[in-house]
Amino acid sequence: MTTARAMQVQKRRQGRRGDALFALLLVLPGFLWFSIFNIYPAVYAFWISFHKWAILGESEWVGLQNYLRIFSDPIILIALRNTAVYALATIIGQIAIGFVLAVLVNQKLPFMKFFRLVYYFPVISSWVVVSLIFIFLFNSEGLVNFILVDFLHIMAEPKAWLTDPATALVAICILGIWKGAGWVMVIYHAAMQGISSSVTEAAEVDGASPWQVSWFIVFPMLKPTTLFITIMLTIGAFQSFIQFYIMTGGGPNNQTEVFLSYMFTQAFKYLDFGYGSAIAFSLAVLVVSISLIQQRFFKEGA
Amino acid sequence: MTRAMTPPRNPKTTRRVSRILMYVLLVVLAICMSLPMIYTLSTAFKGTVFVFEYPPQFIPKEPTFANFVNAWQSNNFGHYFLNSMFTASMTTIGTVAIAATGAYAFARLNFPLKNVFFWTYLLFMMIPGMLYIIPQFLIAKKLHLLNSLMGLVVFYVAGSVPFHTFLLRGFFQSIPGEIEEAAQMDGASRWQVFTRIALPLAMPALGTSAIFAFLGSWDEFTLALTFINDENLRTLPIAIRLFQGQHTAQWGLIFAASLIAMVPVVVAYVGFQNLFIKTVNEGGVKT
Repeated sequence: MTTARAMQVQKRRQGRRGDALFALLLVLPGFLWFSIFNIYPAVYAFWISFHKWAILGESEWVGLQNYLRIFSDPIILIALRNTAVYALATIIGQIAIGFVLAVLVNQKLPFMKFFRLVYYFPVISSWVVVSLIFIFLFNSEGLVNFILVDFLHIMAEPKAWLTDPATALVAICILGIWKGAGWVMVIYHAAMQGISSSVTEAAEVDGASPWQVSWFIVFPMLKPTTLFITIMLTIGAFQSFIQFYIMTGGGPNNQTEVFLSYMFTQAFKYLDFGYGSAIAFSLAVLVVSISLIQQRFFKEGA
Repeated sequence: MTRAMTPPRNPKTTRRVSRILMYVLLVVLAICMSLPMIYTLSTAFKGTVFVFEYPPQFIPKEPTFANFVNAWQSNNFGHYFLNSMFTASMTTIGTVAIAATGAYAFARLNFPLKNVFFWTYLLFMMIPGMLYIIPQFLIAKKLHLLNSLMGLVVFYVAGSVPFHTFLLRGFFQSIPGEIEEAAQMDGASRWQVFTRIALPLAMPALGTSAIFAFLGSWDEFTLALTFINDENLRTLPIAIRLFQGQHTAQWGLIFAASLIAMVPVVVAYVGFQNLFIKTVNEGGVKT
C-alpha cells in the first residue's frame, strides 16, 4: 500500500517536473524573442536618454541634461498642449458619437449588421491611407470647403485648413473621432447587451423615451465601460503619431507637433537619440500617471 | 395643462415614429461615416483633369481604370504589394507559431516564474510601442536588419507576441480539459496532446490570431519608415506615403494605390465581421 502510494506521488512529481520543462520549452522561444527585441530596447532607451548619443564613436554620459532640456524647450509645451487638445477633443467626440451609435445599433431592427459594418470600417482602415484621404478632403479646393462654403453656406470663403495650425488641429481631431467612434460603439454595444431589459422596459412603461432611457439609465450603468474606454483612448491619443506626421509633419514651425512626432524629428532628422529617448520616456511616465489618476478619479466618483 | 389637451398617445404610432426616426439617424450617420471612403473610391476612378473639379462630383465623368493600371505598372505598386505580402505572411506565421505554443503553456501547464512572465507581457502591452523605436533602430543596425524585410518581420513578431499569447491563452482555457486528460491516460505524450488535440481544436482561434497578425503588419508604418531606405524594399504604406510626397496633385493615382492596399483589409473585414466584433468585445483590441 504505502509503496504503491509513494510511487504514485513520485510519478506525479516527475510528471510535474516534466510538465514544467515542457512548458518552459513552449514559453521560452516567444519570451526570449520578446525580451531581445522589446524588453531590452526599453531598458536600452532608458540608458540612451542619459547620454549625448553618438551614432559613431563614443557617446557621452550627460546625466539628467536631456530631461532638464525638456523643461526649457518651448516646443515641448506646444506638443503638450496639442496632445492634450487632441486627447480631450477625440475622447469626448468618440465617446459621444460611439455611445449614440451603440444605442442605435442595439435596436432589434433589420439591417443592423450592415450599419455596424459601415460604422466600424474606419477603425480597421490604415492610418496612412485615412490621413491621406483627410489631407485631400481638407484641401483648399476639397470637399470640406465645398460643403461649408457652397452647400451649407457656413463659411464665406474656402480655407487652407492644414496650413493654419489651429484649423489643422481641428482637421486631425475630426479624423481621430471619425476613425475611432466605431471602436467605442462596439465596446458599448457589448456592454449594453449585458443590461437586463427589465430595467429599461420598466422605465419605458413609466413614459421615458428611448433617448431618456439611454442617457439617464443606460449610460450611468455603463460607468465601468466608460472608464475602460476613457483609459484606452487616453493611452491611444498620447501615442498618436502617424496622423500628425502625415497631415502636417508637425509644421508649420513645429506648431502642430505632438510628443511622438517631435521625438521622431529629434531622433531621425537631427539624430539626437539621447533627447529623443528622454522625450519618449517622459511620455511613458505621463501616460501611465494619467491612466492611474483616471482610475482613482472614477473609483472615488462611484 | 397642455398635457391634458393632447390626445392619448397611441403606443403603436409612437413606436412607428421612433422607428422611422431611428432609421433616419442611422442612415445620416452612415453617410457621414462612409463619405470619406466613398469619395476616395470615386476619385480613384477619375482622370487627372477631373480630380479637382468644382463643384466636386461623386460620380466620375468618364470613369477610368487608368489610375489602377498606372499605379500597378508604372509606379511599381505590384512590387510593393509583394513586399507587403511577404512581410505580413512571414509575420503571421511567426506570430501564430510562437503565440500558440506560449499560450498553451500559460493556459494548461504550471511552470516556474509563470506569473513573472505573465505580468511582464501585461505590462508591456501598456507601454507605448514607439518608446523603444530608437533602440530598436540601433539594434537593427547592429544586427544588419536594416533594409531587410526579414528584419521587419523579426520586430513585428516580437511586438505582437504578448497580445496574441493572451488571445490564444483565453481560447485554450475554454477547451474542456477532459479530452486532453483522456488522451494522456491512453499514453499520449504532452507534445502529442498539444499538437494532435489542442492545436486542431484551436484552429478557429489560430485563424483569428492569424488575421489580426496579418492586418497588423500589413498596415504598419513607423518601423517600416525607419528601417527601410532601399526603394525596392518599400512596403505599401511607405510607398503610398512617399508617392504622395512626390506627386502632390495626383490624387487619383494615390487613391487607386490606397485601394489596392486595402484589398486584404476589406476581404478580411467583410468575411470575418463577426470575428472582429467578437475579438474587440473580448479583448478590447484597438486595431
